[in-house]
Amino acid sequence: MISNSQLVNKYFRHNKKFPHIWCPGCGIGTILGNMLRAIDALALDKNDIAFVSGIGCTGRAPVYVDFNTLHTTHGRALPFATGLKLARPELKVLVATGDGDATAIGGNHLIHACRRNIDITTIIFNNYIYGMTGGQYSPTTPHGDKASTCKLGNIERPFNISQLVEAAGATFVGRTTSYHTLQLQNIIKKAILHKGFSVVEVITHCPTTYGRINKKGNAVDMLKWQKEVAIDKSRADKMEPKELEGKIVTGILIEKQLPEFCEQYDNIIEAAQNLKNSKPGGSK
Amino acid sequence: MTQTSKTQNLPTPNNHPRITIFSDWCKSCGICVAFCPKEVLAMTADHEVLVKAPEKCIACHMCELRCPDFAINVEEHATGPDSQKGELQ
Repeated sequence: MISNSQLVNKYFRHNKKFPHIWCPGCGIGTILGNMLRAIDALALDKNDIAFVSGIGCTGRAPVYVDFNTLHTTHGRALPFATGLKLARPELKVLVATGDGDATAIGGNHLIHACRRNIDITTIIFNNYIYGMTGGQYSPTTPHGDKASTCKLGNIERPFNISQLVEAAGATFVGRTTSYHTLQLQNIIKKAILHKGFSVVEVITHCPTTYGRINKKGNAVDMLKWQKEVAIDKSRADKMEPKELEGKIVTGILIEKQLPEFCEQYDNIIEAAQNLKNSKPGGSK
Repeated sequence: MTQTSKTQNLPTPNNHPRITIFSDWCKSCGICVAFCPKEVLAMTADHEVLVKAPEKCIACHMCELRCPDFAINVEEHATGPDSQKGELQ
């Protein structure tokens, strides 16, 4: 297994300021580290990877790593990634996006990328809140939980991101937490190898805003909570829906093969060229 | 950008993993201390991570995998069975 020092030497940009900007105990660094370990285990070339992000705490992730990176506008990581993938289909395109970035500002882009089944791996860092801007509630803030813009409790029901992307047509959906680091690595590996649109939802913790406002304790307490509520899919399948209340099912939730967008687009180009050539007076 | 460390660690016994804390990068969140299964690490009164019992380390690497700040390193000892794993490239 690659050690932290090797990881830093091999994958980090050495002209960036460290330690990174994330708060003490924030799970984003953990997820980034395990994503890099998954990439290292697959022995992918750094130049063959494009890492795209939007805005927010998660949006800072590509800034630190030495891949082909794109730090785009709020919620628009997936449209930029879609254009990139169509122009350079040989690249492995990874998208890092937060819960607000993916499901609020970029909500439409997320469901339509799922529907198209374009070969992009999207990692959604779900910490239930907008951390960088001061703890406003996001579409995944649980009902009744507090945020700086809902001091008396959230009256909206949250999105279940995995169910949302499944319904929208994603062909690979995995969910895990920042506590379950080895499962996180395995799911990211499988998501990268999957041909089609893959989503990995990672439940993580924001001790500075969500944890503090909701009195969930420090980063250690929030990780212990993740350990308690997570249930592997193999166990959850044998349980009654009532037993699963308040639990988070982790593991690979959906995996299926359907025609991929770039391949179908190539077929359309070929069909259009054949049509043009077969017409009288068409180019030869 | 360099990972620097203080020499606060106790000497590592032979054939045991070498644990390094990069104190310049460490934000003292306490995750490594809390989830170490063998209680190798401890937090000092000054909120610095101390390698309290290096001989107990089983090289499970859970501290490395969970550290959000890439501030801890566990290398198997050079004469141990996994000597190649910790070598810098």
